[in-house]
Amino acid sequence: MEIALSSQLQMQAAIERPQRCRRSRKSIIPGFGLTMGFTLAWLSLIVLIPLSALFLRAAGLGWSEFLTVGFSERAMAAYRISFGTALAAAALNGVFGLLTAWVFVRYEFPGKRLLNAMVDLPFALPTAVAGIALTALYSPNGWVGQFLAPLGIKVAYTPLGIVIALIFIGLPFIVRSVEPVLADVRVDVEDAALSLGARPWQVFVRVILPAILPALLTGFALALARGIGEYGSVIFIAGNMPFKSEIAPLLIVTELEQYNYAAATAIATVMLLASFAMLLVINLIQAWTRRKVDS
Amino acid sequence: MSAPRLPHHSIAVRRALILAALAFIGFFLVLPLVAVFAEALAKGFATYGAALVEPDAISAIKLTLLVAAISVPLNVVFGLCAAWAIAKFDFRGRSVLVTLIDLPFSVSPVVAGLVYVLLFGAQGWMGPWLIEHGVRIIFAVPGIVLATILVTFPFVARELIPLMQEQGRADEEAALALGASGFKTFIRVTLPNIRWGLLYGVLLCNARAMGEFGAVSVVSGHLRGLTNTMPLHVEILYNEYNFVAAFAVASLLALLALVTLVLKTSLEWKFGYSHGSAR
Repeated sequence: MEIALSSQLQMQAAIERPQRCRRSRKSIIPGFGLTMGFTLAWLSLIVLIPLSALFLRAAGLGWSEFLTVGFSERAMAAYRISFGTALAAAALNGVFGLLTAWVFVRYEFPGKRLLNAMVDLPFALPTAVAGIALTALYSPNGWVGQFLAPLGIKVAYTPLGIVIALIFIGLPFIVRSVEPVLADVRVDVEDAALSLGARPWQVFVRVILPAILPALLTGFALALARGIGEYGSVIFIAGNMPFKSEIAPLLIVTELEQYNYAAATAIATVMLLASFAMLLVINLIQAWTRRKVDS
Repeated sequence: MSAPRLPHHSIAVRRALILAALAFIGFFLVLPLVAVFAEALAKGFATYGAALVEPDAISAIKLTLLVAAISVPLNVVFGLCAAWAIAKFDFRGRSVLVTLIDLPFSVSPVVAGLVYVLLFGAQGWMGPWLIEHGVRIIFAVPGIVLATILVTFPFVARELIPLMQEQGRADEEAALALGASGFKTFIRVTLPNIRWGLLYGVLLCNARAMGEFGAVSVVSGHLRGLTNTMPLHVEILYNEYNFVAAFAVASLLALLALVTLVLKTSLEWKFGYSHGSAR
């Protein structure tokens, strides 16, 4: 999901374009059988068969066992923590990511291009590296943690730490989603609203926000989806206490290490269904965006 | 993306917003990166260097390079095939196919690793058969490669598909009509057209392949010197409270990330190439 939504939007727009002139001539370009065959075979081998194996294995558990191990108290607590922290991080990113995108699109300041390039750092930096770096910063004697500790704020080894890690991971999704759309918002419409007596905040809420809302929602959903499944950056800073700061992906690993294949399978199935649901939501938002753009 | 004139923003508001954004980026992006190098060098260059030439670190570096050297080219071949089939031909179900190719992006890395354990592990479906024939996939290099291919699956394909669709079919059709073979057309016409997009996809794919943690962690078994990639080695050192060594190996991965960012940004600046956002 690394690559921003706009490319997905364009991809789908591009896919739909040629279909309108479908009845066109037969292509003289060779290689359809070969490339299509390889694509389908490789896709099945690497993605489709392994993922169906998970569902089949879960189906083999039977309903009652699936519900018992997949929704045990510990699993429920893990889902709550995973979804809750991902939601909080995506919401905070929604605010600060929008602010960042706004500043990049609307203002000039020294070092802007460099900082803009830095926004993609979470896509390029391995998650484990991000995890230990954030833990070092926010642990009670770390660079940031030492100032928070006297205030009674514990970040590392608490759910707050998970939120911090997920803010890092999710930031580029929001910024890269909003930036191109914000750049397209016409300034003359804002000027018109202002000259008609609207206050700046009214212009933002009534003119700018509606225009960028689909992009903001998509970025939010992408960040949320990534946050729910995130593992590497979280486990170092989380503390991993069952019922308190244990995320669902970590619980899968723990169950697997104890040879509890049934529990690992059931929890993983729930997580996979959740990511399919997120994928569906993202596609719906984009379909809505396209309709809005077309009309 | 030149900034439009904005008469209605007071300078104070503008400055406050810029400062807030800078503080946010500084805290969440710059500071962690600086921390990696500061912690790695906390006990001087000698300790730093020693952590990198230690045998387990060397074998982790070698394994990471090996895994990337296998998985990235396979993803390139797949990406080229998928993009060729999807961009150069009309067929039903194209958007379904694109969605399926995108699927691994939305799967948790841990789940991506688990599915291979369920297939090939000792308790998995093919496990008994594999043990009988002396083939090890889980807790061995093949499993690590498979898990890496799964999590990096869409990277090259989804850079190439929109790019090749946008470029259309006229160039290839002209070459073919003039008598070039299909393969020659691909090498001489298509490949030069898509080279920057391909490079872009390879860069991102490689960064993820070398840095993948969750999926690889599930299938690797963490055998020191044997199935430890660099990110897994970082974890082991960190959990042993060997912080300087952990951050030293992590600093190599951070350098990889920085090189990736620099190359990616220069591609965007020089060729106006950008994944969709500005194209």
